[in-house]
Amino acid sequence: MTDPVNEAPRVPSSSIRVMLPYHLRNLAQVGDEITLQVAAPATVRSVLDALEARYPMLQGTIRDHDTLQRRPFLRYFACEQDLSHEPADAPLPDVVAAGKEPLLIIGAIAGG
Amino acid sequence: MSKVRVLVGTRKGAFILTSDGKRDKWEVSGPHFAGWEIYHVKGSPINQDRLYVSQTSGWFGQIVQRSDDGGKTWKTPGGESLPGPGAMPKASNKFVYDTSGESGKPLTTHQFYDGTQHPWEFKRVWHIEPSLTDPDAVYAGIEDAALFRSTDAGESWHELSGLRGHVTGPQWQPGAGGMCLHTVILDLTNPQRIYIAISAAGAFRSDDGGATWKPINKGLYSKYIPNPTAEVGHCVHHVAMHPSRPEVLFMQKHWDVMRSDDAGENWKKISGNLPTDFGFVIDVHAHEPETVYVVPIKSDSEHFPLDGKLRVYRSRSGGNEWEELGNGLPEKDCYVNVLRDAMAVDTLDECGVYFGTTGGQVYASADAGDHWNPIVRNLPAVLSVEVQTLA
Repeated sequence: MTDPVNEAPRVPSSSIRVMLPYHLRNLAQVGDEITLQVAAPATVRSVLDALEARYPMLQGTIRDHDTLQRRPFLRYFACEQDLSHEPADAPLPDVVAAGKEPLLIIGAIAGG
Repeated sequence: MSKVRVLVGTRKGAFILTSDGKRDKWEVSGPHFAGWEIYHVKGSPINQDRLYVSQTSGWFGQIVQRSDDGGKTWKTPGGESLPGPGAMPKASNKFVYDTSGESGKPLTTHQFYDGTQHPWEFKRVWHIEPSLTDPDAVYAGIEDAALFRSTDAGESWHELSGLRGHVTGPQWQPGAGGMCLHTVILDLTNPQRIYIAISAAGAFRSDDGGATWKPINKGLYSKYIPNPTAEVGHCVHHVAMHPSRPEVLFMQKHWDVMRSDDAGENWKKISGNLPTDFGFVIDVHAHEPETVYVVPIKSDSEHFPLDGKLRVYRSRSGGNEWEELGNGLPEKDCYVNVLRDAMAVDTLDECGVYFGTTGGQVYASADAGDHWNPIVRNLPAVLSVEVQTLA
């Protein structure tokens, strides 16, 4: 498959729905849910790469600037599963890749 | 007519308090960044609508934001959306210790609570100090203690690694609140001179724009460290300087109020008749370089005012003789603290003095401390107070 304009190979992509915690929605000035175009197969890493490219102010807030390790008090959920400890390059569940379910980035509950 | 803008950082957001020169009626704006710990808010002295804020969260890390319209709107420097595909993102809010070979320094560890060597770990920005001459230059004092500088209005930050690379660096250790660089003082008469202070390492001075540093702790006596007169290891809480006399420094140490008349080369104790010389804040009157303010706190074990009475003490003689100021302050049952960056003065003809408490009050005096009134009573715990005097 090629792009009719520049004849470069067209990379299949997915529309991934992402829900951010309240404070990061405010920081990025976005609503409850955002949609990102991510090359297939979508993974946690590719979604976060796309997220930070579109909203650079989020760099360092979800994962470390350099190591890209998830910040300790955040979790990745989807389809009622905790994906936080899955490899960052593991494909997301099909329903997330298909845009039917969102990837949730959740802040740990804490009082005070 | 002149106006005053008080910038308040709290545990749950930032607040901006404004008044005209009378300073009797106040407008309160906020919370800005609601829910975030705001360690410090400070404005540029040469572009007064340019404000910087340090917001910190255990969940999301460190964010520095900037306003160019006096706090009406904010943005993350370097965090703007990219102009198009393929554009390289900037390093928004990235504070990375200098480990380059060029420094030639063993910048790898410091002393930890248990006496072992521990890697430096960035935690947060405690203090932001905009340049006195360049609106795009700004310094950041961070935990674990280091000094960073931005020359692009906060888009990117670079460590002045000569400080952390000082030969004493491996001896520095955290105090109970962490190992923070909390004080940065610039000298308008000598752009090459910078003073900083670290808990619990002490005070340092650079005379070459931050390239090299010298500990300036001679005369400090700290009985809680093995060698009470050591070159480093002192828990300096805050340092203040009057801009007209940059050689004269006033220090609130863990215990002891101190003074130096030679740019920190030597210190002498000026606690005099203070009822207790433990405390955190210290500041100098805007027009009287010998008038100094402190808020005595009972002890290092009891961080609240003596006998539940909140009091400011003022010396008009550069220390030793102190007068109690309590007109308008709580007379009893007051058990708040006043943290190290939570006092400031304005530069109106009649100097205004301001301080914030961990109980959420911000008190103001429009007559140099003779009378006090609360501007606000019920904010979250106040972490920092700064003042801008607007033309």
